[in-house]
Amino acid sequence: MTTSSEDVLLSVGGVRYKKGDGTLYVMAQRLAWMLENRDTVAVSHKYADIKTQKISPVGKPKVQLQVVLHDGTCSTFHFVNAAGADAQAKDRDQVKMLLQNLLPKFKRQIDGELEMKSRLLSLHPTLKHLYEDLVISKVINSEEYWNTPTLKTYTESNNIKQEAGVSGAFLADIQPQTDGCNGLKYNLTQDIIDAIFKTYPAVRKKHIDYVPNKMTEAEFWTKFFQSHYFHRDRIASSSSKDLFGECAKMDDQAIASAMKHTTLDLTVDLPQFTENIPMLPSEEESAPEKDRGDNASIHRNMIKRFNQHSIMVLKASHKTNSSNNNNNSSNKTTNNNKVVENGVKESNGVGEKRTAEESTEQPDKKKRILEKLHYEDLEDKPGNEEAQELKLSKIERYLLGPSSQSHQTHTQANNPPPLSALASICQAWSSGQQCQRPVRVSAGACVGALGELSPGGALMRHHHAASMAQLIPPDVKSELHRIYLSGGELLRELWRCFPQPGAATETEDTTARAEKFYEALLRFRNVKLRPFEEKMLRDLTPLATTLTRHMNQMIDTACSKYAVWQQRQAKLR
Amino acid sequence: MKLTVDGLLVYFPYDYIYPEQYAYMLELKRALDAKGHGLLEMPSGTGKTISLLSLIVAYMIHNPHHVRKLIYCSRTVPEIEKVLEELKNLIKYYEKSQGEKPSLTGVVLTSRKNLCIHPDVSREREGKLVDGKCHSLTASYIRERHESDNSVPICQFYEGFNREGKESMLPYGVYTIDDMKQYGADRNWCPYFLSRFAIIHAEIVVYSYHYLLDPKIAEVVSKEMHKEAVVVFDEAHNIDNVCIDSLSVKITRRTIDRSTMALQQLEKTVAQIREADAARLTVEYEQMVEGLRHAAAQRETDAVLGNPILPDDVLNEVVPGNIRNAEHFLSFLKRFIEYIKTRLRIQHVVQESPAGFLKDVQARVCIERKPLRFCATRLSSLMKTLEIPDPSNFASLTLITHLATLVSTYTKGFTIIIEPFDDKTPTVSNPILHFSCMDSSIAMRPVFARFQSVIITSGTLSPLDMYPKILDFNPVIMSSFTMTLARPCILPMIVSKGSDQVAISSKYETREDVAVIRNYGQLLVEISASVPDGVVCFFTSYLYLESVVGAWYDQGVVASLQRHKLLFIETQDSAETSFALINYIKACESGRGAVLLSVARGKVSEGVDFDHHLGRAVLMFGIPYVFTQSRILKARLDYLRDQFQIRENDFLTFDAMRHAAQCVGRALRGKTDYGIMIFADKRFSRADKRTKLPRWIQEHLKDSLCNLSTEEAVQICKRWLRQMAQPFTREDQLGVSLLTLAQLQSAEQQEKIEKQVIQK
Repeated sequence: MTTSSEDVLLSVGGVRYKKGDGTLYVMAQRLAWMLENRDTVAVSHKYADIKTQKISPVGKPKVQLQVVLHDGTCSTFHFVNAAGADAQAKDRDQVKMLLQNLLPKFKRQIDGELEMKSRLLSLHPTLKHLYEDLVISKVINSEEYWNTPTLKTYTESNNIKQEAGVSGAFLADIQPQTDGCNGLKYNLTQDIIDAIFKTYPAVRKKHIDYVPNKMTEAEFWTKFFQSHYFHRDRIASSSSKDLFGECAKMDDQAIASAMKHTTLDLTVDLPQFTENIPMLPSEEESAPEKDRGDNASIHRNMIKRFNQHSIMVLKASHKTNSSNNNNNSSNKTTNNNKVVENGVKESNGVGEKRTAEESTEQPDKKKRILEKLHYEDLEDKPGNEEAQELKLSKIERYLLGPSSQSHQTHTQANNPPPLSALASICQAWSSGQQCQRPVRVSAGACVGALGELSPGGALMRHHHAASMAQLIPPDVKSELHRIYLSGGELLRELWRCFPQPGAATETEDTTARAEKFYEALLRFRNVKLRPFEEKMLRDLTPLATTLTRHMNQMIDTACSKYAVWQQRQAKLR
Repeated sequence: MKLTVDGLLVYFPYDYIYPEQYAYMLELKRALDAKGHGLLEMPSGTGKTISLLSLIVAYMIHNPHHVRKLIYCSRTVPEIEKVLEELKNLIKYYEKSQGEKPSLTGVVLTSRKNLCIHPDVSREREGKLVDGKCHSLTASYIRERHESDNSVPICQFYEGFNREGKESMLPYGVYTIDDMKQYGADRNWCPYFLSRFAIIHAEIVVYSYHYLLDPKIAEVVSKEMHKEAVVVFDEAHNIDNVCIDSLSVKITRRTIDRSTMALQQLEKTVAQIREADAARLTVEYEQMVEGLRHAAAQRETDAVLGNPILPDDVLNEVVPGNIRNAEHFLSFLKRFIEYIKTRLRIQHVVQESPAGFLKDVQARVCIERKPLRFCATRLSSLMKTLEIPDPSNFASLTLITHLATLVSTYTKGFTIIIEPFDDKTPTVSNPILHFSCMDSSIAMRPVFARFQSVIITSGTLSPLDMYPKILDFNPVIMSSFTMTLARPCILPMIVSKGSDQVAISSKYETREDVAVIRNYGQLLVEISASVPDGVVCFFTSYLYLESVVGAWYDQGVVASLQRHKLLFIETQDSAETSFALINYIKACESGRGAVLLSVARGKVSEGVDFDHHLGRAVLMFGIPYVFTQSRILKARLDYLRDQFQIRENDFLTFDAMRHAAQCVGRALRGKTDYGIMIFADKRFSRADKRTKLPRWIQEHLKDSLCNLSTEEAVQICKRWLRQMAQPFTREDQLGVSLLTLAQLQSAEQQEKIEKQVIQK
């Protein structure tokens, strides 16, 4: 039984479901209901399947809880605890609270992916066509579909979500309002709280420590707004009364340690700017810094806080950015590491004692100086070859311009190969490192192949592009286009599975894959191509065969290649 | 490109050239031909350094007997590194076009801290500690002791250099700080002493001002430089202050305390040696008698500081009898320190001349002028005799002897001011004795006299005629260059009133006015809302900055600023400021944008560039006058009036305007860059202020831009920024602000350039 293998988090008796009384179980993975005196589970919903839960309003006579599933069906549980309405509500709330905590955990992973996929499909009509043709018509299954490289570029580039930064003025934006009776009201939204936590880890720590054990959420924030920490113009008192007194100290420490660990760019390293005169007391030493009166130190403290605030805001937004760029930057630094160490190559055992952090500094320093020296207009060469990588979420929009969205169907009909595929290849080329495909065919062979595939080439002899375009009605054209689109995708996948000349031996995996796609291709021919041909025979007799000849030819070529390959495989075994 | 400047073939390592660079070279060549001094102002960021280097290097190659050496002085370490890189570029270009390296050596000299490669010593962060540790490993007596006792540590790198380094010369080429370290590490030679040695023979030397201007360092480092040299002072708008600082001494209570302690330690050591090895002291005494101060061949490592007075003023006499004996000298010093101590015990400000001071010393503690003059040399001789391993502990005592020597040597152009407290905190007793030089020409004169050509250049030297006066020299050329522009890439504006028509000014009477502060805030908020990336503001002083930020916080200006950009503020702690700055740069580079509040005359305004996106707009809040209540300043003003007939107000305005120009000039580098310069003070629009701005700024400061309100200024900014955002290609510039070789050679262009040079 499922119940025995799972932890039951809560069981509530006296729950009516479809006119039968029973017990509701809230378990680790699912929500289950059992009819009284039975030992089989009548209702069982996995949390992952549950979209939302709803409860009946407070005033209603019936105390109910409803769960809505992703597929639209829903189950309603009626709480009928004999102890009365209060107890019923209590039971219900218990379940509700538990579900509330449990559901998001399961929801995120499934939902996120699903949502992204559906959004992708709705954004890119080409992909949707492909999906309809290949998946809905059951040529290949959905998982295979999403794993094709064309789709991968979409899904992966969209995976990296750009997190919103923190506004510099979020603290200032919490405008206190007088509520009319000698009090102040602060409006605090979840966004602001997030911003505070992100920027001030010390406050987050306090929050974890105090809420909800020692005080409530509201009390915590009230204290926060009352604190000297929030009001920057006062001196941070070290009295134990102020909850946030030590936050300020923690911030100071964090900044101080950050100061110690950042190697300063030489153009801003003020203490190193001037050369001191040896053997004489330096300026700072002879004039010790003294606090000049209260007024000045208040301002100075405030200035310090402003700087800290800005630095922390910057850091909060950099954290998220840096995780994205991590791969790039780490590659670069490791390369630099080896070259020169503190400007001194190892010799006579000198460099050994230099700390590691210094080593990256020198090449950077040199680069920085050269950067400062460079006059771009005096030099003939195009200055910087290393351009920023362009990351696009909607490649089509970038390539065609925003206006293309409205004329989508029109433009698509004119573009023979799937544009998405082209775009993905372009992207792979432009960003070099993202897609390291080994060279399979030499450039000369490629040009030759392209020539053969163009109208007039050996493979396109029967193709009369110009005349055809005028003869075919638009709806047929678009249908043909879709066939090419899906067929092309399948063909490409199949060809990809064949071993490359000279490359590593094929694995079991590719063999299986090839077989799968070979079958898919045959299915495609049966399900899509044949009906289309038949329809053409009916409607457009003179052209019917020529229309699909090329497609058939391509499929045949692929099939024969597959057959040959299979034979060779068999021989090898 | 290879171009001819007045018959001289100059290799210029770029394919194009700005017209003003050519004009600059033309003028520079005239100065070199005439073997005279020059004063040249060229807009910041138009490639001054490379023009200077390529012309002088070409001149040296063609007239090797005329000019043997180039001494290039700059102010900050980053500047020095930049110069070296440019020089490297130039030499590389020579190599490429001629096939071989020109027979020139370029060497840098900087402090031990930057050059040391000793594994332990170089780890010290503070320059003072590095100097001290280095001395304790390399002093001649330490090395002697090492010979008899192997356990005394010495520096392997110095030993290596001492054994082999002096026989060979550096191969031709340019050596940056890192190159020098690398070269030293490869050969096991000390880079610092290597470059100390190399600068004597190298054709090109790059180092900081002090090595030439400060007599106590110049004596040690630059004594043997050729006379046939061209000296360049780059970024020289502040050169008078450097001169003054190098001859001034400040004594606080702390200095006195420390030197008393040091003195006691010395006494103890002398007593010990007297018992153990009295002969040593006797030898020293004998040397004094014979006046053989340099008999014990001065080793380079021993002399850390030379005499604080100029070489011409050093008395070539025997050390007077009453301080020859070590004990006598120490008690002499003790008396002198006691005397200063009593002088610091005052309730009111005292100002007197060095002569008055000497007379008082004579009357109160019976110290004559003559022995005082020898104080500095006597002390360094004693320290050598006593074999003090680390003289940095005696810094304060050294300072006192410097004071003694200076005060007894110079009677004119100096003043002594004793203040019982800081003006800002009249309640806290903090007595300071200032021995202040008022005449910048004193330190400068030997440089002018010694070297064939001295070129003083900067982006902001206006008004040019002030410098010959205060530095007391006679330039053969004195020119200011404007910037030829294909598009108006600077937008100077004078904002004189806020949106509410209240005049804005940092005038003493109005600077704390709420309306003025609010209007300043308003201006900054509006500018930061419409200008992309970085915005830099300069205030007139730290104090004003602090009080304005306080007021802005209360007025909510800070909050609305933060809504547009991140806010960074310069503080008096330079490490903290550096950290803020690096974050400022990060914020600008990430596209978030930031505002930096900074202070004119502060470290940021003097050394940090805000080119391109780091400073799209620079605001100058108020006129950065010096703190006019300072007595030192007052004394200097009086002196300038009496000696050079410079009116008080003229000098103050000159000083304020050069700093203002310096601040706003930080925003521009190259002609593809662009920046807004806002002078937010009503007084800027007055003729006496406006005309003192550099010509290249004045030219763009049209009358219509001189009396704007905040809104008008913002409107103009927006329009201008849109214009600047248009693509700007080389074709737009060519022929106007950028020339090819062919264009440069055309007669028409030559004529134009000739005209552009504004002779003064």
